[in-house]
Amino acid sequence: MTLRTSRTILAATAVLALCTAPLRAEMADDELNINGDTPIVTKAPAADFLKGHLDEVYSGWLFRTDSSRAMEQDDFDNPIMVFGEQGMDNWNVADGSEGKSCADCHGDIEEGMKGVRAKMPHLNAKGELWSMENYINDCRTERMGAEAWGWDSGPMKNMTVAIAVQSRGMPVNVKIDGDAAPFWEKGKEMYYTRYGQLELSCASCHEENYGNYIRADHLSQGQLTGFPVYRLKNAGVVSIHNRFKGCIRDTRAETFKPGSQEFRNLELYVASRGTGLEIEGGGVRP
Amino acid sequence: MKRHVALAAVAATFAATAAFAETAPMDVKFTDIGEVTTSLTGQPGDPSKGAEIASTKSLGNCVSCHVVSALDASFQGNVGPELNGAADRWSEAQLRGIVIDAKHTFEGTVMPGMYKTGPFIRPGDGYTGKAAPADLPPILNGQQVEDVVAFLMTLKEE
Ligand code: HEC
Ligand code: HEC
Repeated sequence: MTLRTSRTILAATAVLALCTAPLRAEMADDELNINGDTPIVTKAPAADFLKGHLDEVYSGWLFRTDSSRAMEQDDFDNPIMVFGEQGMDNWNVADGSEGKSCADCHGDIEEGMKGVRAKMPHLNAKGELWSMENYINDCRTERMGAEAWGWDSGPMKNMTVAIAVQSRGMPVNVKIDGDAAPFWEKGKEMYYTRYGQLELSCASCHEENYGNYIRADHLSQGQLTGFPVYRLKNAGVVSIHNRFKGCIRDTRAETFKPGSQEFRNLELYVASRGTGLEIEGGGVRP
Repeated sequence: MKRHVALAAVAATFAATAAFAETAPMDVKFTDIGEVTTSLTGQPGDPSKGAEIASTKSLGNCVSCHVVSALDASFQGNVGPELNGAADRWSEAQLRGIVIDAKHTFEGTVMPGMYKTGPFIRPGDGYTGKAAPADLPPILNGQQVEDVVAFLMTLKEE
């Protein structure tokens, strides 16, 4: 009731919001420009399929405090870059029975991985929906003869950071029509399913209540453009599926596993809600 | 009401207390507008315990979504309306209904049912992320609901 109305008004007059809600600013009025040379779009009109749900889409960066936002503005201050550098080092290291490195097939990471984060997840040649982690492991096991990395293992997260950075400033570019449509529809259904004993859906928090506080947490739209993110709380990198797992757990629900078909479907749908925004590659979160 | 008092008396005799006297979550009767007119336990609620429950994460956790100025919990949320003056706006029966399962009062609300055992989609075992046990208890027991209602009844501004 009042909430919905107040948010619609706030969204329409984002600047005024600061005056009308002095205690709780809706979100930051700020521009992201990493290292001063990579401007990133963090606000955009919502995609057509979101009509009636959202008018504009916002990066999670806008909902963070001044100090977290500042850390993401400069790679020297962004703790995730240490992990990204480890990933970049590993890019050139040969591994497995074939004695090959990523670079042997893909060349420089700056060239070979440009735009890859922006189009994830997408269908593979066999018509399966794969996330970045699946593609990385496919290269490791099928082309390098190396062992697969765990979804949330250190080397995997480091590599996904290194790859995400190569898409900075590129618009979200996920394919949701054609053969991808059935996966997208399933992800959408999940997004609106009220899970757990608390009976909350993703939409309960990230569509109906972004801008509001749930205890100390300032709710964002739950966008993926900052991922993988560095979380100050765990002093480490958090993958997309790990974030999903935590959010579903917080509804007092039985969660799903990182890498599961369900989470890949959900990832496609949530990624598509960010259409219009640009990839940040290494966000900083509390 | 009579039945509950009688049951409570019997229960007390057998020293079996709450479990005996409580109306089970499945048996709670709501009016058309979401009120629950009878106490779940027949015992009066304790407002100071209610205040504690409202600010405790593993219990009611009301402050994660509501501002309640009477509570000195930090970082009170604003997903729901402020509860200051709630007793001026709502009757006891309506407040009991809202705490038990607010969906009977506010259709489609995000406010969780505090005295509800299902049906849920993928219910979990608290905040562990694991599947719920077959006999998943409600978030609050009957007396805790009565305590929270008693606390809400103290929230008067007039
Ligand atoms: C009980 C409330 C709640 C529910 C339900 C919920 N989330 Fe979240 N989510 C949060 C909070 C709190 C945060 C941290 C603050 C923020 O960014 O919103 C968060 C953060 C996120 C983020 C990180 C955003 C960023 O920029 O760092 C993503 C992505 C996300 N949620 C997706 C989801 C999805 C998908 C679902 C459903 C499966 C979901 N959430 C359900 C509360 C919730
Ligand atoms: C996840 C969020 C959430 C939690 C937790 C929550 N509520 Fe609510 N509550 C709401 C929302 C949202 C509304 C507004 C109803 C609507 O329009 O959906 C509401 C409405 C109410 C109202 C009516 C307020 C008014 O004056 O109109 C009362 C009373 C209330 N809640 C009490 C409680 C109590 C007591 C607890 C804890 C035992 C609690 N709530 C926990 C979200 C929540």
